[in-house]
Amino acid sequence: MASAAADGRLDTFPRLLARNADTFGDKPAYREKEFGIWQSWTWAEARDEIEALAYGLLDMGLNEGDYVALIGRNRPHMYWSMVAAQMCGAVPVPIYQDSVGEEIAYVLDHCGARFVIAQDQEQVDKVIEVKDRLPALEEVIYLDKRGMRKYDHTHLRLFDLVQDEGRATRDKGEREMATRLAKQDGETTCVMLYTSGTTGRPKGVVLSNDNIIITSKNSAEFDHLVPGDDILAYLPMAWVGDFIFSVGQAYWTGFCVNCPESADTMMTDLREIGPSYYFAPPRIFETQLTTVMIRMEDAGKFKKWLFDRFMAHAKTVGPKLLDGEPVGAMDKLKYSLGNLLVYGPLKNTLGLSRIRVGYTAGEAIGPEIFDFYRSLGINLKQLYGQTEASVFITQQKDHEVRADTVGTPTPGVELRIDDSGEVFYRSPGVFVKYYKNDESTASTKDAEGWVATGDAGFIEPDTGHLRIIDRAKDVGKMASGALFAPKYVENKLKFYPNILEAVVFGAGRETCTAFINIDLTAVGNWAERNNIAYASYQELAGHPQVLEMIQSHIAETNESVAQDEMLSGCQIHRFLVLHKELDADDGELTRTRKVRRRIIEEKYDDLITALYDGAESVSTETEVTYEDGRKGSIKATLHIRDVKTVEARAPQAVAAE
Amino acid sequence: MLDLSPEGYVTEDGRKIGGVLMEMKNITLRFGGVTAIKDISFDIREGEIRAIIGPNGAGKSSMLNVISGFYVPQEGEVWFKGARRAQMKPYQVARQGIARTFQNIALFEGMSVLDNIMTGRLTHMKANIFDQAVWWGRAQVEETENREKVERIIDFLEIQNIRKTPVGRLPYGLKKRVELARALAAEPMLLLLDEPMAGMNVEEKEDMSRFILDVNDEFGTTIALIEHDMGVVMDLSDRVVVMDYGKKIGDGTPDEVRANQDVIDAYLGVAHD
Repeated sequence: MASAAADGRLDTFPRLLARNADTFGDKPAYREKEFGIWQSWTWAEARDEIEALAYGLLDMGLNEGDYVALIGRNRPHMYWSMVAAQMCGAVPVPIYQDSVGEEIAYVLDHCGARFVIAQDQEQVDKVIEVKDRLPALEEVIYLDKRGMRKYDHTHLRLFDLVQDEGRATRDKGEREMATRLAKQDGETTCVMLYTSGTTGRPKGVVLSNDNIIITSKNSAEFDHLVPGDDILAYLPMAWVGDFIFSVGQAYWTGFCVNCPESADTMMTDLREIGPSYYFAPPRIFETQLTTVMIRMEDAGKFKKWLFDRFMAHAKTVGPKLLDGEPVGAMDKLKYSLGNLLVYGPLKNTLGLSRIRVGYTAGEAIGPEIFDFYRSLGINLKQLYGQTEASVFITQQKDHEVRADTVGTPTPGVELRIDDSGEVFYRSPGVFVKYYKNDESTASTKDAEGWVATGDAGFIEPDTGHLRIIDRAKDVGKMASGALFAPKYVENKLKFYPNILEAVVFGAGRETCTAFINIDLTAVGNWAERNNIAYASYQELAGHPQVLEMIQSHIAETNESVAQDEMLSGCQIHRFLVLHKELDADDGELTRTRKVRRRIIEEKYDDLITALYDGAESVSTETEVTYEDGRKGSIKATLHIRDVKTVEARAPQAVAAE
Repeated sequence: MLDLSPEGYVTEDGRKIGGVLMEMKNITLRFGGVTAIKDISFDIREGEIRAIIGPNGAGKSSMLNVISGFYVPQEGEVWFKGARRAQMKPYQVARQGIARTFQNIALFEGMSVLDNIMTGRLTHMKANIFDQAVWWGRAQVEETENREKVERIIDFLEIQNIRKTPVGRLPYGLKKRVELARALAAEPMLLLLDEPMAGMNVEEKEDMSRFILDVNDEFGTTIALIEHDMGVVMDLSDRVVVMDYGKKIGDGTPDEVRANQDVIDAYLGVAHD
């Protein structure tokens, strides 16, 4: 393996692994908390583990060009599996671990995976459940042997045993392995990731080594990432972001990937590791902020006073300090005092003390939330990207961070806005193709390599920052001809802690209406403080006082929407609070928790009708899917409320002319 | 019908069950004038899941207390590992390799989950009070060893996220799981569960059932459990003893017991003519 690194080519992951193991072999590459203790593997140890697995897979008959599906939570072993598969010339295909059997069946069938590496019994069960429909599937390898003793092991193997076999048969396979490794280069397929699919079936995005490695290099250098950095790998492995951060950038830079003990302990583990490079979707930042605020509500008077006072100061001074703007000596002093008393301990509690670079993306983040973290001195930035671009399209430079833009193009990326306002990009990270779907490939990527993002946006003339308005296909016209941008309004609504999710309707209609999902944590706490009793989510969601509160939030939103001349038509006239949370298991959200508009429109057709026919309440029955795939239904009567709207100024002005 | 040879038998799902681990011979237990258990005999085999069921007041908990050594029966003998058990204190029984959980949760509410489970290791600790007090020598080594064992159980029962949470703050279902963890920490040969599913919702019951099966499968622990939720017991256990008014009215596989007319009468009631 050393020879691969010797010629200086760093165009595949096995070669990067060899370089890392040779150059900083004794530095930690992976950590995982298990049995209450952080276990760690150095780069040299990681190489041994990965090679053992690779030889084991080779011995099992893994061929070049095969697809190896991976299902499980973030564990070092799962990351090793990816590189081990690559060593054998196979393509890793990570699958969302919370996918139900049906979704797994689709992906396994589509890529024709012969081998599946599953984390535990739960995942193995899902694969076995759909096995009969997958003629290509041959072997399942599992990591956690718990509960697996009684299974039929003819086509089922324990991960450790595959590694043992690999160590034993290494001599036999060495020549074959060397030949396969030598054949690989930058154009070899690195990974195939399935898009979450806001519409229709998921598509397999094929990304080459060059796509991933060049993008990782550019973005890592942009943020000056170094080998000593730490990240926490907790986002789904099937998501391109995790692949770039925990594999791409980690291998390029040589930093350490830390895996939490379980999904439930993520916050504790975050605090223990104190990552220096951190990514989280806005939802996580929102949840953390909500938790802090709820706890402050319950804190003693003095603590509350101290917190409020210093947070107010941080709001004015903190962002300026981060942006390198001049700040008065007195303000600086007060800020350091605040750091000692409030910000420091708070950051420590949040696990964000050591953050050098933090990113959020995927959805718009509320300006208040964004500013809260920045005012604490956390360098939180935004980036804009998608699977087809190997994540990075634009990102914010240090000192040029704003809540309402997504930054300037990542080095190597070109941007173009077409006449309809849709954003196009071209970059070294642009995907090779959609697997077995030339038609979609052609309609997404043109001959010159430009890719349509599907988002509508514009580049600010004076700063060069990109601003995203909405999904291009969601932007429509209302009956009056006014612009309809649902996401814009939904984001404003979601900035209220009490509102978890909002879906706005209005394309081709006279007025806009909305579905609201309440946030159970925030509203539940509010109910507790106000002595409002409730027995279930449904009951709380239908409580008149809750409706009143949501009504006032929407009225405020309307006022703010009315400020924007272009979008003042999008004010919400009527709304209802849904009796169940929108859920990916019911197909209402994608696995990355984005709203699937079309499906919601079909499923809740009766509710939308009621929103527009002036009814005061509507009875409905909704089918729900439980985690284990069983189905049930919920019946409810929902009340519909009208909201005060603000006289739109813009059309009047037009009429007056 | 099961072939109950002395060497053991094979269950429907192919598990091999060993010989007799514990045998109750003609047990009678009285509280003053009340006879709680009347001349009951049955055995518990190595590696099996044995249930004792019956309507309220049937004497199930009393039976469990006899097994655990808390009650001493007036008549009859308890045989454990091939020897007649002399009258002993509960802690002596615990040292023999029997651990239990309680119907009404007996945890230390103010202590963390971790510390509660650590108390289950008490029978395995030998350091004296002075070493313990200054955390020196043997105490230090022992704590590390025992902590490792406890962490494996925490991992097994998936309670990593509440490791440091005081037990008093936990919901009921989780407390039950912590109790199970503590009992497991003693590495018992025989685990007694007193109504492990009482007061749980369907989801919690499913979780608990899975854990009980996994414990039996993974550690090979023999399990005796009391439950009055028939459905759960029938799915879970290899053999069932049915009690009613202190008497044994049925004993056998779940299917046999289900077909037993006396059992049906006891549960559904019978018309007096």
